[in-house]
Amino acid sequence: MIVEFGHYALVLAFALTLVQSVLPIWGALQKDERLMAVAPPVSVMLFLLVLLSFVVLTGAYLNSDFSVLNVVENSHSAKPLLYKFTGVWGNHEGSMLLWVLILVFFGALVGVFGGNLPADLRAVTLSVQGWVTAGFVLFLLATSNPFTRIANPPLEGSDLNPILQDIGLAIHPPLLYVGYVGFSITFSFAVAALILGRIDAAWARWVRPWTLLAWCFLTLGIAMGSYWAYYELGWGGWWFWDPVENASFMPWLAGTALLHSAIVMEKREALKVWTVLLAIFTFSLSLLGTFLVRSGVLTSVHAFATDPARGVFILGLLCIFIGGSLSLYAWRAPMLKQGGLFAPISREGGLVLNNLFLTAACAAVFVGTLYPLVLDAVTGEKISVGAPFFNLTFGPLMVPLLLAVPFGPILSWKRADLGAACQRLYATFGLALLLTLVTYWAWGMDKVLAPLGVGLAVWVMAGAISEIVTRVKFFEIGFKRGFARLVGLPGSAWGTATAHFGIGLTVLGIVTASAFQEERVLTMRPGDVVELAGYQMTFEGAAPRRGPNYTEEVGHFSIRQGGTLVAELDPSKRIYTARQMPTTEAGIYTTGFSQVYLSLGEGRGDGAVDVRVYFKPLITLIWIGCVIMSLGAVFSIADRRLRVGAPKPARKRQQSVAAAE
Amino acid sequence: MIQRLFLALLLCVSLLAAPALAVAPDEVLDDPVLEGRARALSAGLRCMVCQNQSIDDSDAPLAKDLRVLVRERLVAGDSDEQVIDYLVSRYGEFVLLKPRFAWHTIVLWAAGPVALIAGLIAIVAALRKRARNRAAANDVSAPKLTAEEERRLQALLDKAD
Repeated sequence: MIVEFGHYALVLAFALTLVQSVLPIWGALQKDERLMAVAPPVSVMLFLLVLLSFVVLTGAYLNSDFSVLNVVENSHSAKPLLYKFTGVWGNHEGSMLLWVLILVFFGALVGVFGGNLPADLRAVTLSVQGWVTAGFVLFLLATSNPFTRIANPPLEGSDLNPILQDIGLAIHPPLLYVGYVGFSITFSFAVAALILGRIDAAWARWVRPWTLLAWCFLTLGIAMGSYWAYYELGWGGWWFWDPVENASFMPWLAGTALLHSAIVMEKREALKVWTVLLAIFTFSLSLLGTFLVRSGVLTSVHAFATDPARGVFILGLLCIFIGGSLSLYAWRAPMLKQGGLFAPISREGGLVLNNLFLTAACAAVFVGTLYPLVLDAVTGEKISVGAPFFNLTFGPLMVPLLLAVPFGPILSWKRADLGAACQRLYATFGLALLLTLVTYWAWGMDKVLAPLGVGLAVWVMAGAISEIVTRVKFFEIGFKRGFARLVGLPGSAWGTATAHFGIGLTVLGIVTASAFQEERVLTMRPGDVVELAGYQMTFEGAAPRRGPNYTEEVGHFSIRQGGTLVAELDPSKRIYTARQMPTTEAGIYTTGFSQVYLSLGEGRGDGAVDVRVYFKPLITLIWIGCVIMSLGAVFSIADRRLRVGAPKPARKRQQSVAAAE
Repeated sequence: MIQRLFLALLLCVSLLAAPALAVAPDEVLDDPVLEGRARALSAGLRCMVCQNQSIDDSDAPLAKDLRVLVRERLVAGDSDEQVIDYLVSRYGEFVLLKPRFAWHTIVLWAAGPVALIAGLIAIVAALRKRARNRAAANDVSAPKLTAEEERRLQALLDKAD
């Protein structure tokens, strides 16, 4: 009965989305305040209804209600409580429900906190959000109903895919979805602006915090997914250029471009038309990602063709939203007024360069991801596009972008002096050069590119620090007054420097972990010692162990450095009983920012076992850098200027009307 | 990600009785130079029953067979290109994680650079157009001051002195 209640709440929610889709925008076009006022309460009600249905599904999981098909297929009574909970979104139907929940959550946020928006902009934005929500709630109800019952409930469920039974699943999809779906608000704002034909600096100021928020979560979500794959898949890779990863990476690239172009729009009213287009692209790429992951088209084009209901439905939504918004753009964008002018060498110019490279990189990833699917569908030819391709096409686009990063924040608006900017970066350049040479000296000349990569990372990081230092004028005005200025810097300045420092850290981690990784593959007997990167690893033996819903063979290793014991690692091989599916659990020892990574392979009889040992220097910087980037977004959101509220154009207009009278 | 992990496992690991490591110790060649070449080649070859994994990373039996095959060819004295040609002739271009540059992949390879160049051209064109518009606007606006305005401007300037 409760399950039907959840289903019914979802149906009611669909009805409400129709109300939200029609009434507020009608009100905005008719200038009817009462109709526009419908939007906020409806958006909150929608959120409550979807939340109710999500809670009901969660309840079914926690109680192991095996009369619900979705629970049978993805749960098991012996599964630990945490995974019963996270299992709710560890499957297609549940994850789509989470997707919709976050969509309506963002709508409700605009409804509740959008009080300082012009009434018509808020109404139209919520209506557009209502269109998207209607499409996806209908998708849930029509093709992916999580509340389907079965007539003869089995006694036991078939368990969640073991690889998903991990704390990673608890965190990764919700973070990623908040990021993905958060861009829906930017999209709705952009479409609303096109419909109302009004885009000004105030609009950019409302859009930027939403973009930052979504971007922050998307960054964390991608980083989390990467770390999860790293420790769970057992061969120490952290990014695979897999289509599903690319599906989340493309909105990230577009979103990064968007939050930079929105700065230009906010400060200088330039790049309006382009910013709106980027906002549309970013959410379109999120939708595309959802389509790629949820339709099964990635497994094979033919699997998609044989069971097309879901895929075709999302493809339809994709065509309506992307096609519709782009048509609207083509129709309305030429009517928007152009903003401020700027010279090519200027802050604006720097941000345009950023957008150029990020967009080109996004295009490269986009084509690389979809090309094999299209080629297969059109000609039947099968090709693979994997990591070596992306490294070759994506990498070179990132190098000039990273080289330009330290210049961006120190160029002045409108027209800048490149020579003066270079002068301010002498120290940064010197430090980068020094560390490049040190790396050459330490590692020799056999890796030509890696020290240059280290230098590039240091260049970006030192550039971020130097930006803060020069802004504060420590050297000119002394430490004490400098410190006062440091505290008084606007949040957005801290945000920029922090995020840029973070990307530098990530690049450093990527370069060192890829180029200077050390690895040994060998068969070890109990008592054997292997030496790697100054650590002696002793295999102490293996023993079986029984977990709540798996059995495992645990290898015990002690790690010594110069004779002293520094860590004990227990990598294991598990078999999950319900599905008889094996997984590997790596043993990881973190020392400083580096890691020793141990994983077990096949047993060779009489206690001997295959072992793969890695030393990955500075690898944790890859993820720490991402966390710092998100922190930068948080600083930027906290900027007082974003909270104080934008100047209201309505008031200005009233004044000018009053003046005319 | 979930899907990726899921498929990787479903496709690869379900084929196995017991999970093995990618690159087992018994496969490793004694000659470190040859082994290095083998590893580099393996990283660019696809495990064809897997979801986007190289044979260097994969645990699937097919990946193991391919790794052994690559090493056999290298020991027999093949160059890297010969090994790749041999594998492509046997398994088709699908085995390459980095597609060859050819007519059917030209769009793929050109996408990034073309997007960059097209974007650059669009930006330069937009900047030029704006500069022209501005110049034109200035030309038109310059003689727009009426006699009355000229007089007021002069009065203001005089007052400033």
